[in-house]
Amino acid sequence: MKSIFKSTSKLLVAATLVMGFGASSLMAEVKDKFQVSWTIYVGWMPWDYAQQKGIIDKWAKKYGIEIEMVQVNDYIESINQYTAGKFDGCLMTNMDALTIPAAGGVDSTAVIMGDYSNGNDGILLKNKKNLTDIKGQTVNLVELSVSHYLLARALETVGMSEKDVKVLNTSDADMVAAWGTKDVTAMTTWNPQLSEIMAGNKDANLVFDSSKTPGEIIDMLVINTETLKDNPKLAKALTGAWFEVMALMKKGDEAALTFMAQASGTDLAGYKSQLDSTMMFYTPSDLLAFTTSAEIPATMKKVSEFSFEHGILGEGAPDAEFIGMAFPGGKTFGDPKNIKLRFDDTFVKMAAEGKL
Amino acid sequence: MKRLMNLRPSKQSLFFLGLLPFVLVALLYLGASEVRLAANPDDKLLPSMSSFAEAIDRMALTPSKRTGEYLFVEDTVSSLERLGLGVLISAVLALLMGIPLGFIPFVRAGLSPFVAAFSMVPPMAILPILFIIFGMGELAKVALIVIGVTPLIVRDLQQRVMEIPVEQLIKAQTLGGTSWSIVLRVVLPQIFPRLLDAVRLTMGTAWIFLISAEAISATEGLGYRIFLVRRYLSMDVILPYVAWITFLAFLFDYLLKRFTYKVFPWYDAGKEQS
Repeated sequence: MKSIFKSTSKLLVAATLVMGFGASSLMAEVKDKFQVSWTIYVGWMPWDYAQQKGIIDKWAKKYGIEIEMVQVNDYIESINQYTAGKFDGCLMTNMDALTIPAAGGVDSTAVIMGDYSNGNDGILLKNKKNLTDIKGQTVNLVELSVSHYLLARALETVGMSEKDVKVLNTSDADMVAAWGTKDVTAMTTWNPQLSEIMAGNKDANLVFDSSKTPGEIIDMLVINTETLKDNPKLAKALTGAWFEVMALMKKGDEAALTFMAQASGTDLAGYKSQLDSTMMFYTPSDLLAFTTSAEIPATMKKVSEFSFEHGILGEGAPDAEFIGMAFPGGKTFGDPKNIKLRFDDTFVKMAAEGKL
Repeated sequence: MKRLMNLRPSKQSLFFLGLLPFVLVALLYLGASEVRLAANPDDKLLPSMSSFAEAIDRMALTPSKRTGEYLFVEDTVSSLERLGLGVLISAVLALLMGIPLGFIPFVRAGLSPFVAAFSMVPPMAILPILFIIFGMGELAKVALIVIGVTPLIVRDLQQRVMEIPVEQLIKAQTLGGTSWSIVLRVVLPQIFPRLLDAVRLTMGTAWIFLISAEAISATEGLGYRIFLVRRYLSMDVILPYVAWITFLAFLFDYLLKRFTYKVFPWYDAGKEQS
């Protein structure tokens, strides 16, 4: 019996150590191999192109490191894996960066804000043409996502609040099928589902979209702040690769665009129409202007308040200012002692000045 | 000679040995959680015991700010309603189909291949069709459980009916039984405990379909809550919910077993006690 105890306690210690390794990747260290996770979305396909065409490798080599872009099928899963310390960087929206890694105590830095949704997210009503008709309806959406945020912002613009509607959590993968059922009358969703539904259903009316709240749903490259501090090369290489692809897209390089279209499961025309509702920052100077604008802190304040009201800032958050955020130019929002999300213009500025 | 296979644990060591794996898992968890929390006190992946206590207090013991109801109770009630209804309908359907399939060769010839093929259709793959037919409401969730579980029980019952010794059926016929009376007096009493057994075995499958259905579209339910808070990695809510689901599943299994043996005492005669 005693020997059983001994061997099990040994096993226990060993297993604890193994599981603890997950945590050790959170600790800072200088290293030369990095992994960044990404998911399919119109504004993130350039990353895939950069990886597949060797642009990432080229830039990584220039800085003497290795970078791997890892495609994850489930968007939230990819963020969760990043938060758990599995990846050094991850592609996510501004709201998810605040509510998942930052609220989870993982200090994160937004290095590149590649684009913002300018019509990619929208609210649909069946057979009704005005947003005010949404009153009293059940709205299908992915709860606590940017769709939920967009709905709250839309209701605000017509003097209503979430109390005036009923929210029904529905998986994003099932939105298109859901629209075809008769009890679904209102929906908030994003592309490509959004355009898919509008193309296939005459009864679908777009009553509000993200172009009416420009710059609020931002798609960004987020890197673990500790990792970034010890390895600025990672951000330099990624920023360099990003703007190389941006230059191609700005020129309208059909081969590159077709590649991205196919990788995201659509054709060139479909991809171009999705790009039309996406505000891409093609040049470093445009992105620098956006990154340093006063809009970002104002938007993040709204996002933080929404997240607090819906209880997704984490437990023990007494108010919307519990999680601190830092912006370019030394500006901050919220608790300066608990800064967990940083918006950084260092690397975009280097790109603008041609110093990468 | 003393053989290992003949050694029986005493009552005390039976209890201790049963408890040991639970304790080990708990210790393993605490150790790993400690390591992660030491690196990042806000880590959400392996929360400490106190965060569990807080989460349980918030979900189960404090009324929700929005509706004034207890979320945990609300989730449990609506999930159990769906599960109970789904399993009940499946069991009744299975009884109605399984007995004719096993008992009447003509029915078997006509339907058996179809049932066998139908049971292979993965319900999750045809979800969009189920939505269009049953809508997005409660009906669709119950329907998903029924479609997922019924074929399994039907096939099991059919086998059990066919396993009834031919001698019994011949005997019943020589005593003047008609097909109908033999079904009622010979087949049904023997099949009923096996139906309960089949229900016990498919309970796990039923839970999977319930959780999947709630993940797709819902406003309350145990699966809904897990998928909702999964978005922001709230393991402090998810793990107690998983423990609760496991406990409920275990409880049903136990109650069904006790019920079966109580009502059909002949059924467990000669079986090894577990």
